[in-house]
Formats: sequence, structure tokens, C-alpha cells
Amino acid sequence: MRNLFSLNSLPVGASCRVEKLVCQGLTRRRLLDMGLSEGTIVNVLMKSPAGDPTAYKVRGAVLALRSEEASKVLVKLL
Amino acid sequence: MFEIKSVSEKDIVIALAGNPNTGKSTVFNSLTGLKQHTGNWPGKTVSIAQGGYIHNDQRYILVDLPGTYSLLSNSQEEEIARDFICFANPDATIIVTDATCLERNLNLALQIMEITNKVLICVNLMDEAERKNIHIDLDRLSQLLGVPLVATSARSGQGLEELKDMVEKLAKEEISPRPRQVAYDDILEEAIRRIQPHIEKKVSNLNSRWVSIRLLDDDSSLMDSISKHLGYELTNDEDLNENLKSLQVELKVKYPGPSDLSDSIVSSIIKTAEDIGQEVLDLGESPHDNLDRKLDSILTSKIFGIPLMLALLGLIFWITIEGANYPSDLLAKAFLLFQDRLSLFITRLGSPGWLHDILVLGVFRTLAWVISVMLPPMAIFFPLFTLLEDLGYLPRIAFNLDYYFKKACAHGKQALTMCMGFGCNAAGVISCRIIDSPREQLIAIITNNFVPCNGRFPTLIILSSIFIASRAGEFSSLTATLFILFAIVLGVSITLLVSNLLSKTILKGLPSSFVLELPPYRKPQVGRVIVRSIFDRTIFVLARAVVVAAPAGFIIWLMANVTLGGLSLLSHCAHFLDPFARLVGLDGYIMMAFILGLPANEIVIPILIMAYMSQGTMLELASLTEMRELFIANGWTWLTAICMMLFSLNHWPCGTTLLTIKKETQSWKWTWVSLIVPTLTGLVLCFLVAQGARLLNLV
Repeated sequence: MRNLFSLNSLPVGASCRVEKLVCQGLTRRRLLDMGLSEGTIVNVLMKSPAGDPTAYKVRGAVLALRSEEASKVLVKLL
Repeated sequence: MFEIKSVSEKDIVIALAGNPNTGKSTVFNSLTGLKQHTGNWPGKTVSIAQGGYIHNDQRYILVDLPGTYSLLSNSQEEEIARDFICFANPDATIIVTDATCLERNLNLALQIMEITNKVLICVNLMDEAERKNIHIDLDRLSQLLGVPLVATSARSGQGLEELKDMVEKLAKEEISPRPRQVAYDDILEEAIRRIQPHIEKKVSNLNSRWVSIRLLDDDSSLMDSISKHLGYELTNDEDLNENLKSLQVELKVKYPGPSDLSDSIVSSIIKTAEDIGQEVLDLGESPHDNLDRKLDSILTSKIFGIPLMLALLGLIFWITIEGANYPSDLLAKAFLLFQDRLSLFITRLGSPGWLHDILVLGVFRTLAWVISVMLPPMAIFFPLFTLLEDLGYLPRIAFNLDYYFKKACAHGKQALTMCMGFGCNAAGVISCRIIDSPREQLIAIITNNFVPCNGRFPTLIILSSIFIASRAGEFSSLTATLFILFAIVLGVSITLLVSNLLSKTILKGLPSSFVLELPPYRKPQVGRVIVRSIFDRTIFVLARAVVVAAPAGFIIWLMANVTLGGLSLLSHCAHFLDPFARLVGLDGYIMMAFILGLPANEIVIPILIMAYMSQGTMLELASLTEMRELFIANGWTWLTAICMMLFSLNHWPCGTTLLTIKKETQSWKWTWVSLIVPTLTGLVLCFLVAQGARLLNLV
């Protein structure tokens, strides 16, 4: 698990690749439904005025995730 | 099952499925025009629209299923979409996909293709994809999926004729698609092979491979639906049950965790979608959404995000208030003219005087008042609001405010339903359907009334103009506007506070997972927006208001005209309430005005004036100065004005909203809670302010 970060820890502007989802069941399915599967390239776009949620670019779409959900996505920096 | 309203047996029924934000409703609207009908799915709060069109002399019924990302997460919407495709036997299913993020859309397409063969893919938003430099090999895609495919740009109407032609071919079985089936890992495939023959024997009208997978995955929601719609329990079959049990034990070895098997199934589907995407997609080099990002960096920025949002909302209110004045007057005059005619007509019929007064001065006058003060602001506010929606700005509001709603253990989308409440709380309550967690949906419904609707703005504006801003001279309108904005911020704060309180007490729970899509900004279709918002929202809300206002007019008239010992019933009630009302900074007449104003908040001030002037019918004073003098003559101070504004912001929802809450929650209990919570809040707030001010000798 070296060099893996959770998605919510990345600064705006970072690019990364999804390595692993550390959640199960419904949350996992929702994340997968939105296209966050292993190998997907994710760009951190912007934070909301209060700093959370954060918007990410995933497969051509822009998704906002709360830090709780984003922390379940382990990524490798590109 | 959702009842399809068809004209004849020969009608062809087409289901329309797809992800949210794919322009599915644009496709639906373009195909059906205004020939639409919305009905509720029995027992659920999800509404389904159906509409018709005629192509080559054949009538087609199009059923617009809820937009979903998947069919496997068992949310209400997903179950409804699945059940319709499974059990309603549509002649074809159109899957609308977004050309700009095709891979993700294929996830749902592949799942639907497991259920039925009669599938057609509509790749929509081709124009947007082109702008973003995304190229799709459509022929190859159709080949890989094994189903017919049509490319469209529904906003400009491109490709819709081809879509109709293809639907015709598919429905008449001139083409027979062979949808690509997702290949799962060997162990699961082996299990499917072994269970499928048993299922084939039992279920003839469903895809047996798909039912096998769902059964192995222990999908109880589908089993419930099968027993409900097909009338038998699959698991009652001993032979099948034994086989299933032993296979599930075998699978448990490979997939020990509780959701391991489900997760692996989802992963296989996503992997297939990815593989197909990689083969047909050519993503251009240029970063294709610069403008969107620039707009986002302003509209959601730390510094400007929230002020801009307030300014935009303020602008909408200002346009609504200013713009509604003139048509309101015009309508009122027209109604007055009609009232004279009506009066003459009823007198000629030879009816007694009291009946004439009840009908004309009671029922008709209240009705006319409600319509002339409610219709113009709604007809301005809703199109403006729908315009923001169409533009893609609303999800940004949810994005900006989500943090605060998360802190209150509520759903981010509550920000949207709250904004809708500014227009009309009944419409706001209906919009809570977009929240998929039942707990958070109830919180949003109960707290919707804390933001002032169009009907309460006039009260706030009048009182702040005559009691707070009148001393500001030149800047009076600015002061009044600022005070209204303050009232809005207060309403939002109370919403958050009460939401938090509810999630700590009667609606305990943690915030559910929240994934919000921020769709690209789109040029709004102004004409369509106006038509849709008038039909879907304005007329709908007005119709309900009329239903409540007519009987209320009758009661108000009786209260004001039936006298006991020289005093009207209204005055008797007011005197009775007076000591209590004074505790919270009001007086008995104000309290009665709020109580009688239950049908619509707009009539609170008119009733109050009527009561103070001891008149038998509602009237409006010519100028604000006169109104100020009348109020002061009745013992008002600035504190009375503040308390009345607070109580207007926090009291029971209007009759229309209450009816809507009952309809949406299907429960009297939650309707009562929605009535008591804001009332209690208002009483406590007013009591604190009134007693505080008196203690400090401010009055």
C-alpha cells in the first residue's frame, strides 16, 4: 500500500489514478456507478466554499464527493 | 404496477431509460410535445410521466422512467425502472446515453440489456460531444453492443426522426437485437449454467440468465417484485431451492464477505463498459471544458460563491416582486368587474341577501384575492427558477451549501428543495422527491416551511417598509431589501438548526452517502422553460390553492359577519386569544389573521386590515401610510412588526402545503409534525424577542 493516498487528501489541481475502493456494499456500488473503478483517472477540480465537498473530474463528468466518501477511494498520484 | 393510459390495444408502449442529466427528458419532451400525463407509481412518491406521439399512422406511448445510474442499488427509482422494464412488457426500451461520458452510461445500458432484448441505444448530446472534441465510432459501438443505435442532439431536434424510425422497426420486430451479455468470472458463470435450466422451467417471460444472476446474488427486492407481479414465490420450489442453496454455499467460498459477490458482479459490468468505451472512443486532446471550469471557479469560489448565490436569489426575488405588481392589480380589477356581473346574476336569480353575500363577498372574493396575488408572482418566479435549473446552476447551489447540510446530518440536495420553497413551499415539498434517503427526505419536507414563500414576502416587505425602513428616508427601499435578505438568512439558519435537531431526536441517523453530479452549463431553452414551469408548477400549485381558498372564504365571511352581542365571531375569538398573543408580542387580531390565513399566506394582511376596520369583507388600503396609521392606532410598535414578521417566517404551513405534505408522506403523523415544529419555533422565538425587548425596556 505504499504511495497510496486517499482521494480527499489531494490538493486542487492534482491528477491521480484510482487503485482501490476501501468500502463495501451500497457506498461502493454508488462510487462504481459514478465511474470510480480501478484504473480510472481522476482530476481534483475545486473545493466548495466551505472546503467540503470537493469536485472531481471522472471520465468526462464532474462529480462532487463529500470527504467521507472520497476518503474511501485510494489513489496513486500521477 | 404503474397504469399506462393508452388509447387502444394497438398502441405501442416504449420505455425511456437512462442516467440523470443525459437529456432524457428533452428527448421525451421533443417526442411527445405537450401531450403528457404524469402519474404516481402506486405507493411511491416517484412520479412517472407518459406521453404519446404518432409516427407513420401508428400511436406510440412513451413512458419516461426515473433517471438512474444503475439498477443494482435498490433505490426507489431503480426498483421502479427495473420493474417497469421487467414486468410491464414494453414493446421496446430506449436507453438514452450521454455522448460526453459514454463509458459510465454503458454501465446502465449493459444492465438493461441483461433484462431484455428489445433495446435501442440513443446516444444523445452529440453536439456537446463534438464541441468537446469527443469522437465515437457509432457503427462499432452498435456492433459491440449488438443492439441498434441512433445518434441524436435532442435540444436541436437532430436525429429524432431516425430515432422514431428505429423504434418502429424494433417494435414491429423487423430487427432483432442480440444484446451483448456481460461475462462474469468462471465460478459465477458455472453457477449460472447450473441454475439457469431450473429457472427456465419456472419463469417463461423473464430472461432466465438474468434471473439466475439476481437469484445467486440474493436480490430479495427482485424476488418480492416477482411474487407481486407474476404471482409466485421462486424460492418455494424445492428443487430450485436446494440447487440454489448448494450453489450459494459454493460461491461463499470464493466470495466470503457479505457484499463480495455483488461487488464482483458490479465490477464485471463496469469492466465490460470500459472495454467497449476504449474501443469506440477517441477523446480529443484539447481540454474541452475551459468555459465551464472558469464559470465554476467564480460561482463556487471561496470568496464569491455564497455572495453571488445570495445576489442571484435576491435578483430573482426583486424581479418577482417588482414584476408581479402590475399584473396583480390588473387581475384584481378584472375580478372586481366580474364580481359585479356575478352579483347581478345571483340577485336576478332571486336568491336571499345572505346567500348572495356568502357567495360573492365570501367565497368569490377570497378566491379572486388568492388568484390575483398568487398567480403573477408564481408565473414569474417559477420560470426564472426553472431557467437557473436548466442553466445547470442549481447543483452548484447544492455544492456550495452541502457542507452546512452535512453538519446538520441532512442531505446536500436539501439546499435545492429549500430554494424551491422560496417560490412556494408546496412546490418545495414536492421537489423533496429528489432526495433518495427517506429520513433525509422527511427532514427536508418538515423544514421546508422555514424559508418564506412568495406568499409571505409581501407581508415581510410591507412590514419592513412601514416600520423599519420608513425612517431611512432615501435609502428606504434598500433598507427594506437588506432586511428581507436578513429574513432569508435567518430562515436558512433556522432550517439548518431544526434539521440538526430533528436528526438528533425523532429522525435519528447519519447523513447518507452523497454523490452529486455537476452537469455542464447549458444554454437554457427559454420557450420550453416557460411552458414547462407554467404547466408543471404554476398551474399545479394554483389549482390546489383554489381548492383550499373557496371553503376558507366561506368561513372567513361567516366569522366576520355573524355577530353575538354586538361583536362579530372574529372579534370574540380575537379577544379570547389576546392575552396569549400578547405574550409573544402580537395581539388577538394578528393571531386570528394567521389562523384564518391558513388557506394562503397572502390573505393574512388583508384579513387583519378587515378585522381592525371592522369591515365584513377583505380589502386593501390605498397607501402604506394609511396602513401604518391604522396599525399604530391599534397599538402597534416596531416590536409588534418584528414579532409578526418572525411569526410569518415561522408558523404552520399553509393549507396547500399541508395537503401536499400529506400526499407526499402518506402519513398524518408527519403532516402534524410539519405543522407543529415550525409553529413551536415561531412561538418560542417571538416570546423570547418580545419578553427580551420588554425586559430591556426597549419599547
